[in-house]
Amino acid sequence: MDLFIQLTITGLTNGAILALAALGFVLIYKSSDVINFAQGEFLLIGAYVVYAMVAQFGMHWTIGMALTIIVAIGLGILVERLVLRPMIGEPIISVIMVTIGLSSLLRAITFTIWGNLPKAFPAFIPSEPVQLLGATVGKDRLWAFSIALAMLLLFNYFFTRSKEGIAMRAVADDQQAALSMGISVKKIFAWAWSIAAATAAIGGALLANIVGVSGDVANFGLRVFPVVILGGLDSIPGAIIGGIIIGLLEQYTGGYIGQGLNQVLPFLILIFILMVRPYGLFGQEIIERV
Amino acid sequence: MNSGIFFETYRDDMALRRTPIQKARLLLVILALIAFPFFANRYYLTLANQVAIAIIGAIGLNILVGFTGQISLGQGGFMAVGAYTAALLTINMGMPWWASTLIACFVTALVGAIFGIPSLRLKGLYLAIATLAAQEIILWVVTHWDAVTGGVDALVVPNPMLFGIRLNNDFNFYWLVWSLVGIVALATVNLFRTHYGRAFIAIRDQDIAASVMGIDLFKYKLLSFAISSFLVGLAGALLAHYRSIVTWERFTIDVSVNYLAMIIIGGLGSVRGSFFGATFIVLLPAFLTNMGRAAKGFFPAIDGIIPFIQQGMFGLVIILFLIIEPEGLNKIWKNIKDYFSLWPFSY
Repeated sequence: MDLFIQLTITGLTNGAILALAALGFVLIYKSSDVINFAQGEFLLIGAYVVYAMVAQFGMHWTIGMALTIIVAIGLGILVERLVLRPMIGEPIISVIMVTIGLSSLLRAITFTIWGNLPKAFPAFIPSEPVQLLGATVGKDRLWAFSIALAMLLLFNYFFTRSKEGIAMRAVADDQQAALSMGISVKKIFAWAWSIAAATAAIGGALLANIVGVSGDVANFGLRVFPVVILGGLDSIPGAIIGGIIIGLLEQYTGGYIGQGLNQVLPFLILIFILMVRPYGLFGQEIIERV
Repeated sequence: MNSGIFFETYRDDMALRRTPIQKARLLLVILALIAFPFFANRYYLTLANQVAIAIIGAIGLNILVGFTGQISLGQGGFMAVGAYTAALLTINMGMPWWASTLIACFVTALVGAIFGIPSLRLKGLYLAIATLAAQEIILWVVTHWDAVTGGVDALVVPNPMLFGIRLNNDFNFYWLVWSLVGIVALATVNLFRTHYGRAFIAIRDQDIAASVMGIDLFKYKLLSFAISSFLVGLAGALLAHYRSIVTWERFTIDVSVNYLAMIIIGGLGSVRGSFFGATFIVLLPAFLTNMGRAAKGFFPAIDGIIPFIQQGMFGLVIILFLIIEPEGLNKIWKNIKDYFSLWPFSY
């Protein structure tokens, strides 16, 4: 039973971070139909910039975090303007490939600046273990979970209440109709990329707090795919629930069955979902059938 | 100056190389390839062999992605199947290299066809993600099936021998691999002159129209996956015999990305493009390393960041090609050719 609670809590925290990474991914797909293979690198850059601000320049972590978010927003706008906008209307393979190229470039830039050796993350979030329901959990994981949860609630609010959020959903729904309502689609794309980059930066910082700052943070990017396919590529609640389901399943298989099965399980689920229900749990059923 | 090309027999019209200039150019390339190993040192021979293996793999991927329009991110996994099958058959059953290579091709074709089944229902983006999962699953099996594949440890393959000659030194392997490149290229060009190849292209251009015209989509898509994987398996098996060492690290997702970059930079749906792209992507890191060494004199810190420069340039080249010349090197080559053949009237 202790093991079960332990695995559940670890799974929930991992799932929350996965959901945060998946959120940016879904956001970009939802508004611009682009699959962002560079999402992992956005996490990586977030982690390294926070590291630079707090550990190298000695800033307080609140200021460091705020500056990181500004950097991430700038990066998102830059990427959208320089790389993705020329790709509008190009075939899907070009769009996939351009984000793969982008991921390679961003990773190289990050490693050129900071080197690829793992670094200790400045522990501004306490990581001493606490007892919770009979299980031992690092405080940092609890923090990560609550911050992720808060972010997700914030997003939900943003998309249902704020003007920009509603405009974004309008663009996702029908670009032409949105244009005729006076919404600037270009601006919305820039919004989508900068918000995605900012959430990824926060996710990266939370992740780095748990696993340390290294290239491993970027490998998280691949693990986003099972999450978004399970939840539905264009669904924000789907990203959250998908993230938590995948996070829990990984922990349960790792804890009870073992043998590294937890690494491959998400991809088996992914193939299964694609065969049975390609639009995922909450996605719109508009997938084109062959 | 010719005002057009006129053929008097069907034989002329159907030839692969139709004008004297085309024939002369092909002859020149072949002569250069034959002369190359007698002048090149070991370093350049190694590069040439790597290029040749990459060309075979890139042609294989191009059949699937460029000609049939099915995006695949599973190249690395399929190469792993080819390499491990060839290596294990030779190590455990003592098979000669050619037999294990041939069987590896068929096994990879089968695995490719199995992972092609999702293409029945999925296309575009979703298929890309499904093949990404295939890549991860295959690599996981390779690293965790310890009893057969040796897990994460490297396999050591015995040297391939033919009539008492050791084939995997650079000079001997060159002849083997480049003649295979010739066979594969010729076979692929001809494949797209048969009804199978035409069906692949029809599926790429408009799958619904293709099916209305009586093309069995499922059959031809699986066939495309199988033929493509056959060649990819060949590239993997050759890599295993050439390098003598097989480890899972050579077949990660990065390999899939590399090969996709080759066919995109070279030109989708073109055999010649696969040659250009494979050459470009294999030689780019080597070129950057040499440039880095040359620059070391006045910029000593460059040594530590060469791998990152390689990675960054790789990404940058992909992005620039997609934005500036999406049809790749093949299109640039055509433009150059047209410029000279139409000169001085460029219309």
